Parts: sequence; structure tokens; C-alpha cells
Amino acid sequence: MGFRHKDIIALKDLTKEEIELLLDTADNLSEINQRDIKKVPTLRGKTVINLFYEASTRTRTSFEIAAKRLSADAVNITASTSSVVKGETLSDTAANILAMKPDIIVMRHSVSGAHEYLAKRVSCSVINAGDGAHEHPSQGLLDMLTMRQKFGKLAGLKVAIVGDITHSRVARSNIYGLTTMGAKVFLAGPPTMMPPGIERLGNVTVCKDMREAVDQADVVMMLRIQLERQGKTLLPSMREYSRYFGLNPTVLALAKKDAIVMHPGPINRGVELASSVADCDQSAIMKQVENGVAVRMAMLYHVCGGEPVE
Amino acid sequence: MNLLIKGGRVIDPSQGIDETMDVLIADGVVLELGQGIAAPEGTQTIDASGLLVTPGLIDMHVHLRDPGLEYKEDIATGSRAAAAGGFTSVACMPNTSPVIDNKAVACYVVNKAKSEALVNVFPIGSITKGSKGDSLAEMGDLKEAGCVAVSDDGKPVCNSELMRRALEYAKGIGITVISHSEDLALVGEGVMNEGFVSTELGLKGIPWAAEDIAVAREVYLAEFACAPVHIAHISTAGSARIIRNAKARGVKVTCETAPHYFTLTDDAVRGYNTNAKMNPPLRGESDVAAMKAALADGTIDAIATDHAPHHPDEKDVEFNVALNGIVGLETSLPLSLKLVEEGVLDLKGLVSVMSCNPAKILGLDRGTLRVGAVGDVTVIDPAKEWQVDAAKLESKSKNSPFLGWQMKGKAVYTVVKGQVVHQA
Repeated sequence: MGFRHKDIIALKDLTKEEIELLLDTADNLSEINQRDIKKVPTLRGKTVINLFYEASTRTRTSFEIAAKRLSADAVNITASTSSVVKGETLSDTAANILAMKPDIIVMRHSVSGAHEYLAKRVSCSVINAGDGAHEHPSQGLLDMLTMRQKFGKLAGLKVAIVGDITHSRVARSNIYGLTTMGAKVFLAGPPTMMPPGIERLGNVTVCKDMREAVDQADVVMMLRIQLERQGKTLLPSMREYSRYFGLNPTVLALAKKDAIVMHPGPINRGVELASSVADCDQSAIMKQVENGVAVRMAMLYHVCGGEPVE
Repeated sequence: MNLLIKGGRVIDPSQGIDETMDVLIADGVVLELGQGIAAPEGTQTIDASGLLVTPGLIDMHVHLRDPGLEYKEDIATGSRAAAAGGFTSVACMPNTSPVIDNKAVACYVVNKAKSEALVNVFPIGSITKGSKGDSLAEMGDLKEAGCVAVSDDGKPVCNSELMRRALEYAKGIGITVISHSEDLALVGEGVMNEGFVSTELGLKGIPWAAEDIAVAREVYLAEFACAPVHIAHISTAGSARIIRNAKARGVKVTCETAPHYFTLTDDAVRGYNTNAKMNPPLRGESDVAAMKAALADGTIDAIATDHAPHHPDEKDVEFNVALNGIVGLETSLPLSLKLVEEGVLDLKGLVSVMSCNPAKILGLDRGTLRVGAVGDVTVIDPAKEWQVDAAKLESKSKNSPFLGWQMKGKAVYTVVKGQVVHQA
């Protein structure tokens, strides 16, 4: 089967078969990243614009490398250097970018729904590199790829996602993707960070205690606490957060022996993850980053129509 | 010229009338009601057989954006939209630029309306100077200039002491205080109702408690000050319950809701539809049901539109950035008539909430077809089907979630002081 979407905005929109296709493609393409000469001509002549309205190093770099390894021309635009500071609307920015005939716009935006807005207004493909607290599909896919590589499948895995679920686009994309693929998702976090109705998103289980979520888990995914966002109302202190919702060796011991620890990064060491856990053998964090390039190559490749890979 | 409206089903709750009869208006005043009225020479006649004839509809909560924001709407276009929707009177909110917080601005609105408006325009002044919530506006002057109420409109008066004094002072001079009830700390950066849909869309939510808590405060302040208060656009089951209980123990509280709150849920926001972005936000199904129940049992006194025109550039943006509000004058009547079809209200009840009660709350000598009353009349074809088409809306702005909707019921004649100002 082929990939029929012009855009990749949300994992909610993708079927099991489409997710599988993207993961299979990423697996195939990851071989390119191991070569001496890490480049194939697959997207030669295609132009990818990375339009980043929010600070990001790893995602933007990962998309840029992915585009370049497929021989596409990648151009980066960041909000601080763009017309946004001069008051230009997203619609006008999009029109101007479109006039330069790109094939794909990869965008990160702080407003949920900004990609849906953009995709309706441009003829080129739009890939969501994170919108507000809505979705982060490339992160969801790279997380799933990492799990699939470790366990050979996603169906039946118990995945614990711990932290600030309310503000997490990573959590939403993982919930949609993982439950579509048949994994079981358990959420834990302070009640102030658990949004209403979350259990209905993908038939997930909300746990009061993080130990309940981690117990016998195959995957423990810790979310980043966004220190700048929590203000004074959501948490008494980082100290207390780390005590009740941080992953330390004692809590990790509740998970299955071969469980992996994941984190979308950047890590607040000592807050959501004890350093000893972040750097332990079970940590798959660097594998996630590595897989990010392959997954993003697969996404770029499929929205461009999926020409044969050399 | 005289106007004879013949053979319509006249519904006037102020006199307990629901029967087929004629209405004769002479010199802008209702002269006679009865069967088979003979038209004097030169009388314009409207054949209203099969149609409803009601006291002119009154929308007690609109934004005409004039002065200062005429790119969205002005007194002329807003009044055309009102006439097209069957409204003979509108009360316009003070969040203009400058704010209607003094006699000069109020007089500007009154005078411009006199020369340009098709319908009666009654300005609402602000409660506090500049609607800043710091000190009381000159309410006496505002009333003298023609203001029929005071409100800081989209802004709650956060300081409870100041709100207490506003209620006391307004009671003394006989002007209605309208409260926009919202606890801003709870609203935070919310942009839609807090619930499953906000979780799914990843948008910051506004909890129902933000409205309920503020409504409860107004009720207690009104009770304490023995002064009336009117709560604008309620949207939650809790608000309705608090007001119902308060009324039962004799607190002088009245309230309104808007057609969108008994028609739409926050599901309408899906797809990040900025035409479904408003304040208070669209709520859940149980709130919609509660609005209907509160209309049915008389807890809600009025249907107002909160007609809030915005330029396309202010809506055609990312959801978070879009301004709150929708236009409502031209869709209010059919959406409200649906309540009759659903058995929530009977026709008398509908006319009460769309005409008689708003007149009473604002102290207007309208909302009745009593002999000697001002000849403001709305003639409605309840069966007329039509589609909401942006190009045909009279309002300068087209920000409606009902575009493309099939509607049933329309004002076919809008009569102000005996003059037909709109005919469909």
C-alpha cells in the first residue's frame, strides 16, 4: 500500500497500516545512516523548509539531517529571524514561502492547530514538528520505532507515560500511535497535569501512583517538566515532583527486567530522571535521537510520494 | 402614514394575547388591536395571515463597534443586521474606542443612531471609567445621556467592593447593572471550554467553575446590597442553578443566554474553528440541556445575541490568536424558534424572552403592543426556510458558526415606530 496523505499533522489521523509503513520505511532507511557516505538521491531537487516558531535544537537538526541525507535542499527559518517579529500573520508567511515553491514545510508552532490551519492554505506538504500541546507525530513515531526495535512488536506492550500530560504533545501522539498499534498505555502524573477526559483519547489507564503505571511495564516514558511553564500553581516544588513522579532506580525496579527508559529530551537531570537512570543500560534515550533521523526521512519520503529508495 | 397589520396571529405576553387579529399603528403608536379593523384612507396594509405578529424583538446585548472599530461594524450596518433579524431595538455594549464611559461618547452613539440607524439603539455605559475596574463611571450622566444600563462588558469587575458600590449606586439612580461574570484567575490562558475536546485538541481550557464562582459572587452582592443585577450570557449548568436558587429566595437577579449556548457544544471547536471561539466558551451537552431547562422554567429571562462582529483578518488566524465572538443578530430568531419546535418554550414564552423581558430589565417602554405603546412590531414567518449565506448577511462582519446552516423561521417585516424598516 502507498501513503495517501499530503500532510502528516497528527498520529490520530493515521491507520495501523500507515504507521507500520512509516516504521518499516524508517527501519529500511536507517541503514543509510550507518554508511560512510550518508546520502541517497531519493529527494534530489525537492525543497524542504523547516519553519520553526519555537526554539528547538534536536527536532530541527534531525529534520534537516533527514532531508539532506535524502538529497533534498533544506532551508531553516526560525521565528526570531523571520517576519513574525514584524507582525506578519502565519497565513501571509505561508503565502510567501509557498511562492518560493517548496515541496514540504516542516513546522513547529506553539499554537495547537497551527498546522491544520497551514495545511488548508498551502498546496505543498506540511509535516508537524510539534504544535502547542496537540501532537508531535515524528516524536511519537521515533518512540514507537525504538520500542519496536527492542521488543519486535508494539501490540501488547505495557507503556507507562509519566509527567505533565496536560501540556505534552509527545504524550498525545504516543497515546494515539501506541493504542492504534495495540499497546497498553498507562499514564501517571500530578492531578494538576492530567487533563479531563484523557482516558477517552485512546482507551488509556490513568494511575494515581506512578508505581502502578511502572509496575511490570515494558517501557517507561518520562516526560519533560517544562520548568518555565509550571509557574507556581501546578506544583509545590521540583523537589516534591521528583520525589513522587521522578524515575529513580527503586521505581524502575518495578518494571520488567528488560524494560527500557525513554525521554523526549532535553532531560532535567535529577527532576524527572535520576542521572543514574538516564545513563543506565536500560536507557534508550540516545537510540530515540538516532531513530529520529530515520523516522523523519521516512516521513519526508512518504509525503513526497514514496519514490524507490536506492 | 398609518400601518395596518391584518389577520396575523398576534402574540403579546404583556397582555396575555394569542389570537388572530389586526394591529393598527398611527403616528408611530399602537392605535387599535382587534378583529376586522377598517383601514383609514392612505393606510399601508400588511397581510399577515399565517404569520406571527409580536412586539418588536429586543436584543439587549450587541456590539455595534461604533465609535472606533467601524471596520468591524458601525451603527448603520449593525442596525441593518438587527432589522433583518427582526429586532426593533438593540442595546449596545460600551467596549468601543473610546469606551462609553462618559456623556460625550454616549451622546455620540445616541445622535449617530438617530440619523443612521434603522432600529432603536440604546447605549449601555460602562460601570467603571474606561472599563478598567478602578473607579465608578459617571452613571448619572450616562443615564441622562440615554444609557439604559451599565456594564464593563467583556471584563468582570474583579474588585468585590467596587462591584458592591456599583450595585448600590446604580440602584439609587435607577439604572441596570449588567455583569460579565468570570473569574479571570481561573480562566488563565484558556481559549475554549475545559473538557474532553480541549484535551484532544491540546488547547488550554476554561473551567465552568470560572463562570459559576463569579455568578455566585454577583448573586451574593446583589442580595447583600438589596440591588438588582443582570448576568450576561450564562453558559453553564451551574450558573443556571445558582440563579434559580437565588430567585427562589427573592434575590433580584436576572440573566440572559445566547442562541449559541443552547444550540452548540464545544464539539463545534473541532478543526480549530475560530468561528466557534467565544467568551464564555461553548460548553458541553449537559450545559446545553441546562440552558434549555432554565429557559423552560423561567430562570433565564432573556435571549440576547452578544452580536460580536470581527473582521476576517481577526478570525482567519491560529485559534489561540483569534478574537472571541460571533455575529448573531440575523440567526437568533430561527435558532430561538427551534426552542418552540422542541417544546422548550411556547410562543408566548419565546416573545417574553426576546421582547417583553429585555424591555423590563432595561426599563424600556417597549416589549408590548398595548394601545398607546410605541409601534415597534415584528412580523415573523415561522415556516420560512432559508440558508445562512455570508454574502447576504447585513452585518459588516461574517464571523458566524452557522454559515451554511438551513434555518426555519424569519422576520418578514420589521416595523419601528410604525415604519417598515425591513421586509424579507
